[in-house]
Amino acid sequence: MGGFSQIAGGERWHFEDLRSLLACATPLRSGDCLAGVAARSETERVAAQMALAELPLSHFLQEAVIPYEEDEVTRLIVDSHDAAAFAPVSHLTVGDFRNWLLSHQADSQALASLAPGLTPEMVAAVSKIMRVQDLILVGRKTRVETAFRNSMGQEGRMATRLQPNSPTDNVSEIAASVLDGLLYGNGDAMIGINPVSDNFAAIGDLLDMLDSVIRQYDIPTQSCVLTHITSTIELIERGKPVDLVFQSIAGTEAANRSFGVSLDLLEQGYQAGLSLNRGTRGQNLMYFETGQGSALSADAHHGADQQTLEARAHAVARRYNPFLVNTVVGFIGPEYLYDGKQIIRAGLEDHFCGKLLGVPMGCDICYTNHAEADQDDMDALLTMLGTAGVNFIMGIPGADDIMLNYQSTSFHDALYLRNLLGLRPTPEFEQWLQRMAIMDSGAGALAPGSQLPEAFGTAIESAIGKVDT
Amino acid sequence: MTDPVERNPAVADPWQDLRRITRARIALGHAGASQPTRAHLEFQLAHAKARDAVHTALDGAALVDGVDRLGVPCCEVESQAPDRVTYLTRPDLGRQLSERSVGCLEKMGAGPDAPPPDLAIVLADGLSARAVQDHGLAMLERLLKVAADNHWSVAPVVIANQARVALGDDIGERLNARLLVMLIGERPGLSSPDSLGAYLTYAPRQGLHDDARNCISNIRPEGLGYGAAAFRLEALMKGSISRQLSGVSLKDDSEPMVVEEDKARIGNFLTGQ
Repeated sequence: MGGFSQIAGGERWHFEDLRSLLACATPLRSGDCLAGVAARSETERVAAQMALAELPLSHFLQEAVIPYEEDEVTRLIVDSHDAAAFAPVSHLTVGDFRNWLLSHQADSQALASLAPGLTPEMVAAVSKIMRVQDLILVGRKTRVETAFRNSMGQEGRMATRLQPNSPTDNVSEIAASVLDGLLYGNGDAMIGINPVSDNFAAIGDLLDMLDSVIRQYDIPTQSCVLTHITSTIELIERGKPVDLVFQSIAGTEAANRSFGVSLDLLEQGYQAGLSLNRGTRGQNLMYFETGQGSALSADAHHGADQQTLEARAHAVARRYNPFLVNTVVGFIGPEYLYDGKQIIRAGLEDHFCGKLLGVPMGCDICYTNHAEADQDDMDALLTMLGTAGVNFIMGIPGADDIMLNYQSTSFHDALYLRNLLGLRPTPEFEQWLQRMAIMDSGAGALAPGSQLPEAFGTAIESAIGKVDT
Repeated sequence: MTDPVERNPAVADPWQDLRRITRARIALGHAGASQPTRAHLEFQLAHAKARDAVHTALDGAALVDGVDRLGVPCCEVESQAPDRVTYLTRPDLGRQLSERSVGCLEKMGAGPDAPPPDLAIVLADGLSARAVQDHGLAMLERLLKVAADNHWSVAPVVIANQARVALGDDIGERLNARLLVMLIGERPGLSSPDSLGAYLTYAPRQGLHDDARNCISNIRPEGLGYGAAAFRLEALMKGSISRQLSGVSLKDDSEPMVVEEDKARIGNFLTGQ
C-alpha cells in the first residue's frame, strides 16, 4: 500500500495507511491528541476527510486497521462479513455512501438488511465526514429491535435503565431509588445496579432482591447486577436469578484482555445466560457497555483513533445478539473527551455507528466533575439523541450517581424527553404503568395530582414507619 | 381572566420521608414533569463545589507529619505532571515518577540484598486530594495493624502528588514489595467529594493493567467505613499472598459483613423482606 494523497488548500497531504487516514479525519478530541494520532492542523483534518470521501468502501475489506494475525476482533470482523448484504453498496465510495444514507432510498428496511455487510471501520469512516444533523437523521432511520421480558427499540419508544446505585450496596437505599424511579415511570430497559465490590454473597443478595421486586409487582422488565462476566457465570452456576449478562468491552483484543475478557469468554457468558431461559418475549440477554477512549486507557489502541475503535467494540457486541448496548460517553474523563462539545458529538457518533451495524444502542448521557461540561451540555445531547431515536437512556435519582460519582440523566430528564417528543415507554411497561396508575393513558405525562399508586402505598407506609421509629 | 397561579406550583412527592435513609436525590417533586427550582439549584451548587474540589492541591506536609506520628518512615514523591491542568489531560505523565522521586525511592528502599518487604502502602491525591487528606491516615493506621497481626513487613510509606493509580505499581516495584496497596482519591461525586479508593496489586511492576488489580471503592465515613474497608482489604491481601496473584482471578468471597458505620437499615421494604 502506498498510502493516500490529497490536495487541499493548495498543499499536497499524505496519509501513510488507512489507520492514519481515519485518525487524521476524526473531529478533534483530546484522546486522539493524547495518543498522538490526531491531525496536526485543521487543514490536515479536512484534507483527510476529503481523501476518505474518495475511498471505495470495498477498500475496507482489503486493508485492516489492526492486523488480522494480531487481533481476534479484526478476525471476527473479517470472518463474519456478509458479502451478499454488502453488495448493494459495494461500488460506492465513503462520500457517496454518506449521500446514499441521507437519501430516501435508505429507509429503515434497507438499512437493516445492509447491517451485516458493514464493517465497523466503514461506519466509523462515514461518520467522520458527517455533521451532527446527518448523524441524527440517519440514526433515526435505523431501528434495532430486541426482546427479553419486554420489547425494545420500536419506533416512537424510548426506554430507561433505572440505576439505583448505593455506595454501600445498602438494600433499603437501593429500594428507595427503585421506588422513586418506578413512580417516575422509569425502568423498562432494566433495573441495573453497579455494586460496590465483587463479593459473591453481596451480589447474589442484590440479584435476589431485584428478582423479588420484579416478581412481586409483576414488572415487565429485567434486572442486572453489573459485575465481571466470570463472576456472573459463577453466580449462574450457583443458581442465582440472572436476567441480563453484563460486560464492559472494547474494540481490540488487547483492550479486552485488560478487561479480563476474550471473545470465547463472552460466548461462555452468553451461553450461561441462555441456559436459564428467563426471557418471556425473547432471548436477547447480553448487556454491554462501551465508550470512546477505553482502548487507549488500556494502552491497547494500536495507533488507531478512539472513535474507530469504539465502532469495533460495537462489532464485538453484535456477535452476541445483545439486548442493549450502552455507550457510557462522558464517564471516562477529559483526557479522552475534553468538554461538552466533544462529549455531544461522541454520543451521537456512537449511537449512529452502533445502529448502522445493527446494535441496539442506548447512551449514558453523562459527565464527570473534572470534565469541562455541565447540565446544559447534557440537555443538548439528551434532546439530540431523543430526536435520533435512541433505544434507551439512563434514569438516576436527580442525575447524581452517589456510588460511581458522575452525573447522568435523571428520571425527570426521561419525562422531559417523552413529553417534548411524544416518546413512549416500551409497550409492555407502558401498560404496566397504566395498570398501576402511575402514568396517564396519554403520551407519557405524569399522572395528574400524583396520587400514590395503591400497590406501593403499603410498602411506603411501612418503610416510613420504620424510619420514624 | 385566568385564575392566579397557586403559591407553589411545584408538586411534592408523598414519599419524601424516605430521603432520610439515602443520600440519593429521590422525591424531588416535579414542576410539570421537570425538576422544581429548588432541586435544580441545589444540584447546581453541588456541581460548583465538586468542580472547585477537583482543583484543590494535596497538603503533603500535613500527611508527612501524620505518618511520622504513627512512627513509620515515609517519603513524598510526585509524578511527571507538573500541575493540575496537565495532570487532567495527560494521564500518561501521572503514571510516571519524576526523576527526583526515583532518587528519593532508591534511598528509601532496603536495597537488592535485603529481604523484600511484604507490603508497600502509597497515599495518593488522585482526583480528590481531600479524600486522602481526610481518610488516608485513618486507613493507614488500620492497614499497619493488619500487617502487624499477620506478621507482614512494611516498606516505608509513600505520599504521591499528581498521581494516577498505576503510579503505585512503579513505586511498589522500586520498593521491591510483594504486595501494594494504593490509597487514592477517587473522582469527586456531587454528594461525595471525599471518596477514597484502595487498589491492591500482587508483585507490582510497571506496565500492569486494571485486570491485575483489585479495587475497593468509596471509603469514607458515609460510604464504606474504615473498619469494613480494612476487613475486606485484609481478606483480599491474605488471598493474594497465599495464591500469589491479584486482579480478576482473585475474588472476594468473604461473607458480607454488617457495615459498622451504616445508616439505619430497613431492608427491602418493597417486598417486606
